[in-house]
Amino acid sequence: MLKRALENLGNRTIQGVWRMGFATRFLLAVLMHSGTAFRRFGLTIREMYFTGVLSLIIILVSGLFVGMVLGLQGYETLQTYGSEEALGILVALSLVRELGPVVAALLFASRAGSAITAEIGLMKATEQLSAMEMMAVDPIARVVAPRFWAGVISMPLLAALFSAMGVLGGYLVGVQLIGVDEGSFWAQMQSAVDFEQDVLNGVIKSVVFGVAITAIALFEGYDAPPTAEGVSGATTRTVVTSSLAVLALDFVLTAFMFRGLN
Amino acid sequence: MNRTVLDLWVGLFVVAGIAALLFLALKVGSMNTVNASDSYEVVARFENIGGLKARAPVKSAGVVVGRVDSIQFDTQFYEAKVTMRIDKRYPFPKDTSAAILTSGLLGEQYIGLAAGGDSVMLKSGDTLKITQDAVVLENLIGQFLYGKAQEGSTQ
Amino acid sequence: MQSDNLVEIAGVAFGYGARPVLKGINLTARRGQVVAIMGSSGCGKTTLLRLIGGQIKPGQGTVRVAGESVADLDQDGLYRLRRKMGMLFQFGALFTDMSVFDNVAFQLREHTDLPEDAIRDLVLMKLNAVGLRGAAHLMPAELSGGMARRVALARAIALDPMLVMYDEPFAGLDPISLGVTGNLIRRLTDTLGLTSLLVTHDVQESLKIVDYVYFVSEGVIVAEGTADAIRASELPYVHQFVHGEADGPVPFHYPARAYADDLGLGGRDA
Repeated sequence: MLKRALENLGNRTIQGVWRMGFATRFLLAVLMHSGTAFRRFGLTIREMYFTGVLSLIIILVSGLFVGMVLGLQGYETLQTYGSEEALGILVALSLVRELGPVVAALLFASRAGSAITAEIGLMKATEQLSAMEMMAVDPIARVVAPRFWAGVISMPLLAALFSAMGVLGGYLVGVQLIGVDEGSFWAQMQSAVDFEQDVLNGVIKSVVFGVAITAIALFEGYDAPPTAEGVSGATTRTVVTSSLAVLALDFVLTAFMFRGLN
Repeated sequence: MNRTVLDLWVGLFVVAGIAALLFLALKVGSMNTVNASDSYEVVARFENIGGLKARAPVKSAGVVVGRVDSIQFDTQFYEAKVTMRIDKRYPFPKDTSAAILTSGLLGEQYIGLAAGGDSVMLKSGDTLKITQDAVVLENLIGQFLYGKAQEGSTQ
Repeated sequence: MQSDNLVEIAGVAFGYGARPVLKGINLTARRGQVVAIMGSSGCGKTTLLRLIGGQIKPGQGTVRVAGESVADLDQDGLYRLRRKMGMLFQFGALFTDMSVFDNVAFQLREHTDLPEDAIRDLVLMKLNAVGLRGAAHLMPAELSGGMARRVALARAIALDPMLVMYDEPFAGLDPISLGVTGNLIRRLTDTLGLTSLLVTHDVQESLKIVDYVYFVSEGVIVAEGTADAIRASELPYVHQFVHGEADGPVPFHYPARAYADDLGLGGRDA
């Protein structure tokens, strides 16, 4: 019984390491075959439509609501200390530094990441990738790499839109609805939010998240067993793995970026 | 290859994304971090900087004229060496004094510059001679209590 | 050096992991012929096509296409060779995100610098050859199985290859589509000067159109000959296969313990 459990554990570990190695080789292959994605940028633009433009609605609406909730909650808390004017700082800093990149990335993983996995998985299951190979076209260069770069380019744009909508939502609730002074809302925000330290670091975060999510989604699709269960399992794994990866990476990046800030 | 409706959508998406980034950079944050090119560097030494941090504003008459660039501990004099960058548009006389002040009772700390009367202006790399340390609340209370005690003993 | 044989397979063995699939296959396809490889499901026919296409490498033996050993080619050489090969996958494997037109135009756009109107003419010619010029604007999801197979055929011959491989071209087709596809394979082979390699288990349909047949069973060639020779063959395996008999050398039962033992009717110890 114990022997079985140990064997099982060992087997799973070996399989996991094996898959990890394959995933790394896959990512390297994608990077090395990225030439086509840039030489024929139309391919990447096409994928940006599916990953970026089609994620816009959910990103914009979620951003607005998150910002509005921040406005309400922040006001409640700040009012206790008599510093309602700091509402702008609270809303902007939490969005630009954390919520913008992270929540946008989580939404992106479940909206675009799962779609990428399902699409690649089905293309593999229906032998479309094999057919492409037999037509002397490398599917990594023609299918995978454009999707990768489309995801990497779309993610920071989506995160920026999320943050901007959030600030707008906070402004609507804080200033228009509750009546915080408009001047101090914007002025305090501007004096506290630094372009390099806050905005730029947020953008860097979202680029890293974009790389992680798209790479995971593409790999899961490419590695999916060519059956209906295989593809559906891979889609689930994409959402779970990439969400966890985003949160873990967020911690690591935050520790690097904001700890050294005195 | 032809232009398609799809390209238009992606174009709109990219423009909106960049606009959002600009909004974050200009309206939400402050891009006016002082660049090395249009500013000059001035050093001031303090015995105690209190809670002053890098990037804290440098103000004169309440107007932000620069930012604190770095804070180091000088092992030669056992003092804090504060380097600040001041906007080139605001030249100050050589005998300008620097003080570490607090906005409000418990607010953030900043450096206040008070211009002197010298006709020679500060150059990049100059050191301010006259400085005033941060007020440390504990010391202030200690002095107050000590004074009270002395008052009591002389009576 | 133009050899008469386009595809030459000599002593090829291949296994997935420890499980051997092919155990020493010898096979040749002459230029201009339609050659069929037959055998029951799962006997390694598709593996054979993948070996010819260079998607997998044989454990032993050599696969030569137009005189070149496929396994010894590097990526560039392999891709150069594949441009001269077309392959029809089992269910067509059309690109579902492109229209019929774009599917057929795919290789022309990837591998040539032809202007768009030249591509248009070529694509319409190929579609006309399979009788689907009118369906150019449809998406693959709107096609029937037989039509999808014909579009895939048009796509496979888009670059005028020297060799076209068909993986189960008759699977899952109604009798009319079956006849249409069979005739199409024969006609395209003759008019375009191709060599066709068919992998199938549909004996009756393929015997109508092929020049030469190989029978594969358990990883080896068990019989070969012209269509007429195969029809007349007295070999038990071929006879069972051609006439579709339920039991024979290929047993109905998967290997198992004695039936009585499995049901617990044998002498039990207790």
